[in-house]
Amino acid sequence: MTSKPIATGRTAAGLPTARLVVWWVVASEIFIFGGLLASYVMHRLGHPEWAFQAAHTNTWAGAFNTLVLLTSSLFAVLGHKAADSGDGPRAARLLRLTALGGLTFLCVKAFEWTHEIREGFVLSSGGFWSFYYTAAGLHAAHVMVGMIILLVVAADAARNQELHRVECIGIYWHFVDIIWIFLFPLLYIAR
Amino acid sequence: MLERFMTGASTYSSSVDHLIFLIAALVGFWLIVAEAFFFWLMFRYRYREGRTSQYVTGEEKELKRWISVPHMLVIVCDIVIIVGAVKVWMNIKQTMPPAEQTVRIYAQQWAWSFVDPGPDGMLDTGDDVRTVGELHVKVNTTYHFELLSRDVLHSFCVPAFRLKQDAVPGRTIRGWFRATRPGTYDIQCTQMCGMGHGVMAGRVIVETPEQHAQWLQRAANPAFAAQPAVSPSAPSATQGAQLAEVRP
Amino acid sequence: MSATAVHAEPSFFRKYLWATDHKVIAMQYFFTGMFMALVGGFLAYVFRMQLANPGQNVPGYGVVTPNEYNSLVTLHGTIMIFWVAMPMLIAAFGNFLIPLMIGCDDMAFPRINRLSYQIFFLSAVVILSSFFVPGGPFGGAWTAYPPLSAKGAYNLAPWGASVWLLAVALEFVAFLLGGINFVVTTMNGRAPGMKMFDIPIVVWMIVVASIIFMFSVGPLVAGAVMLLFDQLLGTGFYDPTRGGDPLLWQHLFWFFGHPEVYVVLLPAMGIVADVLAVFARKKLFGYRTILYTTWAVGVLGFVVWAHHQFVAGIDPRMANVFTVTTLIISIPVTEMCFVYIATLYGGSIRFTTPMLWALAFIAEFLIGGVTGIFLGSSGTDIYLHDTYFVIAHFHYTFVPIAIIAVFAGIYYWYPKMFGRMLNETWGKIHFWGSIVGFNLAFIPMFMTGLAGDPRRYFNYSQFAEQATPALQHLRMLSTGGLLIFIPFQFIFLINFFWSLRHGKQAEMNPWHANTLEWTVPSPPPHGNFAEMPTVYRGPYEYGAPGRAADFWPQNEPAYNLGGDD
Repeated sequence: MTSKPIATGRTAAGLPTARLVVWWVVASEIFIFGGLLASYVMHRLGHPEWAFQAAHTNTWAGAFNTLVLLTSSLFAVLGHKAADSGDGPRAARLLRLTALGGLTFLCVKAFEWTHEIREGFVLSSGGFWSFYYTAAGLHAAHVMVGMIILLVVAADAARNQELHRVECIGIYWHFVDIIWIFLFPLLYIAR
Repeated sequence: MLERFMTGASTYSSSVDHLIFLIAALVGFWLIVAEAFFFWLMFRYRYREGRTSQYVTGEEKELKRWISVPHMLVIVCDIVIIVGAVKVWMNIKQTMPPAEQTVRIYAQQWAWSFVDPGPDGMLDTGDDVRTVGELHVKVNTTYHFELLSRDVLHSFCVPAFRLKQDAVPGRTIRGWFRATRPGTYDIQCTQMCGMGHGVMAGRVIVETPEQHAQWLQRAANPAFAAQPAVSPSAPSATQGAQLAEVRP
Repeated sequence: MSATAVHAEPSFFRKYLWATDHKVIAMQYFFTGMFMALVGGFLAYVFRMQLANPGQNVPGYGVVTPNEYNSLVTLHGTIMIFWVAMPMLIAAFGNFLIPLMIGCDDMAFPRINRLSYQIFFLSAVVILSSFFVPGGPFGGAWTAYPPLSAKGAYNLAPWGASVWLLAVALEFVAFLLGGINFVVTTMNGRAPGMKMFDIPIVVWMIVVASIIFMFSVGPLVAGAVMLLFDQLLGTGFYDPTRGGDPLLWQHLFWFFGHPEVYVVLLPAMGIVADVLAVFARKKLFGYRTILYTTWAVGVLGFVVWAHHQFVAGIDPRMANVFTVTTLIISIPVTEMCFVYIATLYGGSIRFTTPMLWALAFIAEFLIGGVTGIFLGSSGTDIYLHDTYFVIAHFHYTFVPIAIIAVFAGIYYWYPKMFGRMLNETWGKIHFWGSIVGFNLAFIPMFMTGLAGDPRRYFNYSQFAEQATPALQHLRMLSTGGLLIFIPFQFIFLINFFWSLRHGKQAEMNPWHANTLEWTVPSPPPHGNFAEMPTVYRGPYEYGAPGRAADFWPQNEPAYNLGGDD
């Protein structure tokens, strides 16, 4: 394992490097999702009949998932506080709870999608559903990746190592949360 | 001036040509001035034994003026060009003079087909004349066209008219032209559309009203439909049309 | 603190194939880019031979079918932009130069750096594999407009189309990752004393380019996912028969596609700036002006995209907006060119090979720039869109960017990269042959474009107005120009590889330049600096009054007045 170069530790701009990286990643993802959602909104404005399709989504499940993600973000914030005060094991526990929130989210989503697919709404069922599955699917992929990283960071944090990464994965997780907060009304709410 | 390169055969072809000339004059001037000054500097300040470089920061007031003044002049030129461009564009693309005739143009992989409204002058009636590869129009008559695509993006282009419009499947796009000179002019497809993109040729045949009426009469004749719709002036039934039939 | 502490000598694998050292990664990108340039150049050779002698056997290839022709031009464009221009200008030079020029030992995240190359390498393998898939490579133009690109029934290359898209998507990911290091290392990894305005222009340019890339590529990544789904999963994002819109792709594509030209232009201008300053022995005229115009170009570059779509079926009123923004953007770019030219004023110019390339960049790019005006003006674009005029215009911008500026950089930094000097005489021969060939190839295209020759046509026999002897002679002249250009590139390759072993040994600072990379051995060791440098001044203190030497390295302490190197 190569040791870190001096470059990693320098902060000529005054910001810790790791945080700059996360902001960079988040910024690029915002543009990816932004492009997708802007395309969706443009299409939706031109296709008011999509509202009928959107009515088939499970708004309660979506709302529950919103709550789940918000709660998990709260755990991430608490985990950051713990890491800041040097309590690695506590931070690890909280990060694992965050990941659990992600898992819950994915389970609810699996339940929703199974139901919708059984009803005959698949990716190729028309414009609305194409966007629905693509956007929610891309988001779910980010939730999965986020969960994996949460667990990896938690494993290090439990041994009081790389505690600065707790904040970084927290920022990423908040971004995943915020994307959902845009997705939910756009995809689920019919009118 | 562009006529040396390509005939101009519509009412707006000369306006496009004049704009090209205007831009050429303005940018040509700046290009020559910039290149000449550039090469002069290379010559004037080439390395000479014993002569060292000067310490010029570029913040010096009188030197900055060498940049800011040309800069201002370029902006003025840009404004002139913008005004010219908008005028030409609005005339061709934003306003449509009243139609004296309307034709429909179909683009597909890989041929052009046309619907002439026939003697009654109305599209979608029994006397419409359908042709493949050839569009017959009357000279000095304002035509509106309805452009459609049956499959992918194509682009209807008549260089002699300075006319170009992409055909988008799912849409009917309208435009206009008024031919000024009888003759036969190329139709090109100018949007990549697959294997036959380069052989999707067509012809616009601009004729006098009498010639056009004769053509219509012949076209209304049932025997006409049995023949391939190509005249001796066009190349052998376009490869594109053949490809259009064999396309899977 | 020493960064060149003694480690055990790593294995060949660790050192060259699994490296995290930014210089090795730079070389990986460099040689991959050079190889892909040969591939892209070969494709151009084949299709230009077809145009000069339609239907005839092309030596080294065979007879070109219409379908193959379309694939040749598609892959030529795609490869040159994504696998030559970007890796050479941003990843190769960026990786090599940034840590050295800002005075640190490596990039901030060497393992992410390594990953970015690995993904890039994978993307190169994928695009090359598209030549061998059933149905052949994709031929729907590098712009890949649906519905043609979305349905195999239309493009006759369903495998090729998806493999092409996948390769491009991977390349995007590679550069998003790479951008992390360029931006973060430059912001945070600078040597003590190096303030923002002490950063060499080439580093600034690569950073700004990375930022522009990052912002512009996002929507296209989304768009590419949608196109891939249309191709493979039966969705209809771009299918008008299913409620989709082909124009959506165009907007997503060009929202990226236009800023992309600045993504490659900026690093090229950065290289040219640094080379100009060194060989004119002059401070850059208006360093801050260059920065401000760069940022202006970066921002404005995001609001001009639909000038690629004037006749595409957009609302005609929109066209006026984009003509205005497009003409406006010519202003900061012109200003940058003026400032570069002004740098020569008061100089003491040495016409070394790198300087020749840098000067040629300006002379040729000016032509590219002014011919863009014809296309940015909506009224004239009606006639010129999709003609050879467009091809001539963008080669007069892209060849300076991806070839001329890259050669300027190679000839300039070769001593530092490889510890040897390239042969000057052969360098000059390479230069002149290339310039003659390049201009001979593309000037006729302005004329054939004005005469109505459309792009992407494998021959013109079906069109009476184009199938004239005069136009065919011009097309043959263009091909002749390329046939002149190509052999001189072999001269370069021979010079390049021969000099690796037999070139004159390079000193630490053969060009008497100021920037930090010239204060370490040629080539630099792992860790770069035996002692981390401190910076005392900007990078362009050439010809400073009161000094015996006409240059003043950035790391020389201020009290050392009148000293030499």
